[in-house]
Amino acid sequence: MRIETPHFKDNAHEALKDKQLQKALGGLPGGLVAQRAAARAKLPEFETLRDIGRDLRNETLELLDVYLETYERNATAAGAHVHWAETAEDARRIIVELCKAEGAQLVTKGKSMISEEIGLNDALEEAGLEVVETDLGEYILQIRGETPSHIIAPAIHLTQEQVEADFRRVHDDLPADRALVEPAELVGEARRVLRQKFLAADVGITGANFLIAETGSSVIVTNEGNGDLTQSLARVHIVITSIDKVLATREDLATILRLLARSATGQECTTYATLSTGPRRPGDVDGPEAYHVVLLDNGRAELLGTRFREVLRCIRCGACMNHCPVYGAVGGHTYGWVYPGPIGAVLTPALIGIEKGANLPNASTFCGRCESVCPMRIPLPKLMRHWREADFEAGQPPLTQRMALKAWTALATRPRLYHLAMRFGAAVLGAAGTWRGRFGWLPLAGGWTKHRDLAAPQGRTFQQLWAETQRGVPR
Amino acid sequence: MSVARTAILGRIRASLKAKAGDEARIAAANTRIATHANQLVPERARGPEQGRVALFRSFLEGQLASVIEVAGDDAVPAAINTYLQQMELPARLRMGADARLAAMPFAAERGLVVETGPAQADDAVGLSHALCGIAETGTLVMAAGGDNPVTLAFLPTTHIIVVRRDTIVGSYEEAVSKVRDALGAISMPRTLNYISGPSRTADIGGKIVIGAHGPRNLAVIVTG
Repeated sequence: MRIETPHFKDNAHEALKDKQLQKALGGLPGGLVAQRAAARAKLPEFETLRDIGRDLRNETLELLDVYLETYERNATAAGAHVHWAETAEDARRIIVELCKAEGAQLVTKGKSMISEEIGLNDALEEAGLEVVETDLGEYILQIRGETPSHIIAPAIHLTQEQVEADFRRVHDDLPADRALVEPAELVGEARRVLRQKFLAADVGITGANFLIAETGSSVIVTNEGNGDLTQSLARVHIVITSIDKVLATREDLATILRLLARSATGQECTTYATLSTGPRRPGDVDGPEAYHVVLLDNGRAELLGTRFREVLRCIRCGACMNHCPVYGAVGGHTYGWVYPGPIGAVLTPALIGIEKGANLPNASTFCGRCESVCPMRIPLPKLMRHWREADFEAGQPPLTQRMALKAWTALATRPRLYHLAMRFGAAVLGAAGTWRGRFGWLPLAGGWTKHRDLAAPQGRTFQQLWAETQRGVPR
Repeated sequence: MSVARTAILGRIRASLKAKAGDEARIAAANTRIATHANQLVPERARGPEQGRVALFRSFLEGQLASVIEVAGDDAVPAAINTYLQQMELPARLRMGADARLAAMPFAAERGLVVETGPAQADDAVGLSHALCGIAETGTLVMAAGGDNPVTLAFLPTTHIIVVRRDTIVGSYEEAVSKVRDALGAISMPRTLNYISGPSRTADIGGKIVIGAHGPRNLAVIVTG
């Protein structure tokens, strides 16, 4: 996928002016927030489960190499072929070769963010294969030539009217005067079109939400059932996933499943969770004849040894973006790469480099809502702060910004000087603002006052007022 | 072993400051797997047996599945026939080689055509038998195989699942125990499917629509 992260600021300006996008974003995230809150309220143990989830993911990451080897051993014993891919390019090559070896022509795909990360569709199409996304949201994006703007609701940036127009444009063999007003009519049309693809596919590719070391299984979690048709009807099932997805046992999966759907959509559970182990067995009458799993590293093994390790606990629920005021205002495409929102602000610089990704950890108010809802309790604001430090240490911000930060450091690390400066500032600004009580323009604060007034200080600092209160001066 | 595998595992160990073949670390992982301890099981999943089926039922109905309770296996075919008539669905279904289903008196149901094998493209109704049910979220646990082909659960427009009342457990953890009892410590079918309602999507304008790619109708028949 093309990296557009350096253009975050321009993209954000465009997104804020985009009426269609603002309409699409308007109703949705608030709904997901309320649904999560309702689901949380119905399960009193939810907060404790978050602690347990965090701990069990930490324990698994601490022994990641051992669990991956165990996973591989058990998967292989069940007839799976496990492939290891160091880079996105390696993963693409492995999958293209598997498809070619099968003589495949048509590939159906379940939703997979890792496949977005490695740019799989382009690679398959370049190799001459027809690739069809079968998750409804992903299918809509594919016919529009777009990428997902949300990790679990990929087409959240589109309105129903846009989808109708796309279906009329692409499904041009259907009667032009057909009714396509109700969402059910649109879903029904996609269902009929994609059904033919499921039945004709040679290879079905899915992601994996998790791997289970105990049994050598891969797990997908869906509501539509497309991932199951994808993997059950094709001759070959290929799973593309990353090395951080492994869990120890099916009991650990139970805990994680209790957290995932509630955090994501506010459902008690998703409609489907499927544990796939090996190809079809002797005596089975359906299911794939071959089952391959591609394990992608792409920088994660190194990340494990850094101060960003905690991001690898992520179970991709999307709660952080649903609750993020920045994401809610500008949408997911603005972030410019595969993973948007707070999780993207931490993960993206790790995967594509801070040189290109520096805008993302800076696109946060540090309000902390993401961390407060993360089922894995990933300290996202802290990790974004680490990236800002790394950005500064790499000498990337413009000279004026770096000088200003240095000046601020000099002031903020000297309490006496700081308080003196604050007293002076509060007094001067307080006196200057007596008349209106606010400023419509201030030197060096144009970025602020361009869009709103700055309230004038009352003449004394908080420290001064506090000291007076402590002395018993009446307020 | 592949070069990539060695490189990735090497990088992970370098990051964790660990050595290959460290017996203590291997033993720690093996013990965790061998004991497969439960974490916190929510109270709702630990409730008394008499409330369990009601809880199971309420979650499934909340997900827009139909739940039909019958007195015993002999009553299952008639309940299915009645359901199909009420829903104005064709009186024709397909099922696998499941012995429990085969023992039910389908032949006595006039007009109900029963076919066997994996789902075909134009099948209207698929019938499967669940390994067990989970009350805490209203979930059916399906072990795919010749007895209950996985495609029957996803391809037909309507899916009917039979589950024995005494196999409805409280939690996911208890369901995993049942899978171990049935198949062995770490053995799994090609797919183990947790199903909690008819197929759905909210991908168009955020509105929930039932019947995305999988079944539009899910009926669960609780027997025994």
